[in-house]
Amino acid sequence: MKGTVQTEPRRALEARPRLEYVSPDVNIFETKDGYVLEAEMPGVNKDGLEITLEGNEITIVGHRKSEAVPGTPLFRERTLVDYRRVFELDPAIDTARIAAKMDQGMLSLTLPKSERVKPRKIAVD
Amino acid sequence: MNSLTRWQRPELSTWPGFGRLTDLRDDIDRLFESPLAEWARTSNLLSGWNPALDLYEDKDNLYVKVELPGMKREDINVSLHEGSLSISGERKSEQTHEDAEVYRAERFFGRFQRTVTLPTPVAADKVKAQYKDGILAITLPKTEEAKPKHIDVNVS
Repeated sequence: MKGTVQTEPRRALEARPRLEYVSPDVNIFETKDGYVLEAEMPGVNKDGLEITLEGNEITIVGHRKSEAVPGTPLFRERTLVDYRRVFELDPAIDTARIAAKMDQGMLSLTLPKSERVKPRKIAVD
Repeated sequence: MNSLTRWQRPELSTWPGFGRLTDLRDDIDRLFESPLAEWARTSNLLSGWNPALDLYEDKDNLYVKVELPGMKREDINVSLHEGSLSISGERKSEQTHEDAEVYRAERFFGRFQRTVTLPTPVAADKVKAQYKDGILAITLPKTEEAKPKHIDVNVS
């Protein structure tokens, strides 16, 4: 079964309902220009996507478009739960230039590194 | 080392107060969660990509929904043969950065196939398939003979 069920912990002094999410599978690559993160969230389109940046943590939440269940289920493998995953960012990432693209249930996040962090050749006179 | 992974949480050497207890709980949850996730993935690795599939039925149709995120419509094949619906295809990796370092590779690429034996006969020429938001939705109308018929009971 893909993904794992992740429950949000109850905060000590707040009465908060336990929400259940599934952790989407991701691929993360690093190139010299930055990072690329691909997250699989079938059933989520652009409108259901919520990406928040807090400090150096990025939280990706994908709300599935609610589906009308057609008829009676004979066989079910899909978990119709929303997606959530949190990542801690490399400080080298230029957070102002993070770009997101959503296509067929797959989120592509491009996280460029700040210019000054990239290796540069220094000319010697 | 700073890297874009879920694991880089700061050490709990700073313990200013009560608020940190929930972060500890967070860490413990992740500790227990991650090894199971890794294990689930290695078992998947041996059997290949197995996209999740649902099968539904109402009086007129059968419905199949398969989760296939990040694919191109032309790479998905749907075929019907002797009462079995077969969904197969190949997901090709779009990234061809030669200089890219892979940090996490949880997603599957390559071929997959799912076959479902249909509980009732369907009209093959009326089957419709739609691929939207990464979900392949197939509607298979039942043949007339397969639809439930109302039978009058005569009482004499």
